[in-house]
Amino acid sequence: MGDASHDLDAVLAQAAAWQDAGLGVAIATVVRTWGSSPRPAGSKLAVNARGEFVGSVSGGCIEAAVIAEAQAIMAGERGPGVLAFGVSDATAWEVGLACGGRVEVFVEALT
Amino acid sequence: MKRAILDELRAARAAARPVVLATWLDGSESRVLGTDGPELAAEVADALRRDQAIVVPSARGLVLLEPHNPPLRLVIIGAVHVAQPLAEMARLAGFAVTIVDPRRAWATAERFPGLALATAWPDVAIEALRLDTRSAVVALTHDPKLDDPGLLVALRSPAFYIGCLGSTKTHAARRDRLAAAGVAPSALDRLHGPVGLRIGARSPAEIAVSILAEIIATLRGASPA
Repeated sequence: MGDASHDLDAVLAQAAAWQDAGLGVAIATVVRTWGSSPRPAGSKLAVNARGEFVGSVSGGCIEAAVIAEAQAIMAGERGPGVLAFGVSDATAWEVGLACGGRVEVFVEALT
Repeated sequence: MKRAILDELRAARAAARPVVLATWLDGSESRVLGTDGPELAAEVADALRRDQAIVVPSARGLVLLEPHNPPLRLVIIGAVHVAQPLAEMARLAGFAVTIVDPRRAWATAERFPGLALATAWPDVAIEALRLDTRSAVVALTHDPKLDDPGLLVALRSPAFYIGCLGSTKTHAARRDRLAAAGVAPSALDRLHGPVGLRIGARSPAEIAVSILAEIIATLRGASPA
């Protein structure tokens, strides 16, 4: 628990540091989970416009999709919103959420 | 999220101040909320108490309430036998543990490897720890000279759990002493004693289980049978 708390501080600090360095930053947060899901609601990932990221919103299976969406939001192609991943969704299988869970992730730009 | 909100959240975390980050899921707004309202005060308090992110409805649509609580801490007064398994089990359960005992022969790194040890008198040591709403205190020395000063400081703090080892008779005497020292009856009722859930514990490790179980039940707002 101390580790998780420390991780979150590192994610928030990195988001601030990237923005201070003039980089676009987006933050993804786990909103809700159903079934087995490796990261609980509130888990965060920060990503910059170069695609570098810290933190996690899953065991690694949906990070790529979340980062792609984050970059679209940073580029102004889309607004902030909730992404849903689940096994009933064929694309979710492609991104590898084979653990049987469902997860919603909110993605927004740091402005 | 606006940068000002991120900075406000980081400042609250650094100051160990419990807050909730509220994010409206239509992306319209984020805010850092405390339990003092006016917005979603009951839901905010619930998220903090459960230490769990929740999605709730609001007048402006669904909102994610994400609690940012200070780390859990357990302060054990008395580097006694029961303190050894209790400290170890509490550490596994996610508590940062501090052992307070001015008797240096007891509070040693050999007996409590890897744990924070405070050898000032319990009142001084506990004052310095600045207990918060995520802190628990349990007094185990059986010696009023050590337990009472620590408890007097703990009872003035917002610690979520304060317990004290000793029989029903010992506990009644303790309440009388603390009352005589100026503790109000309502504050005395915060004191859990005899400490621990009644599970028929015998060995030090079993007593530690009963104490930790009572601490967790109090933290989670459960009422064990």
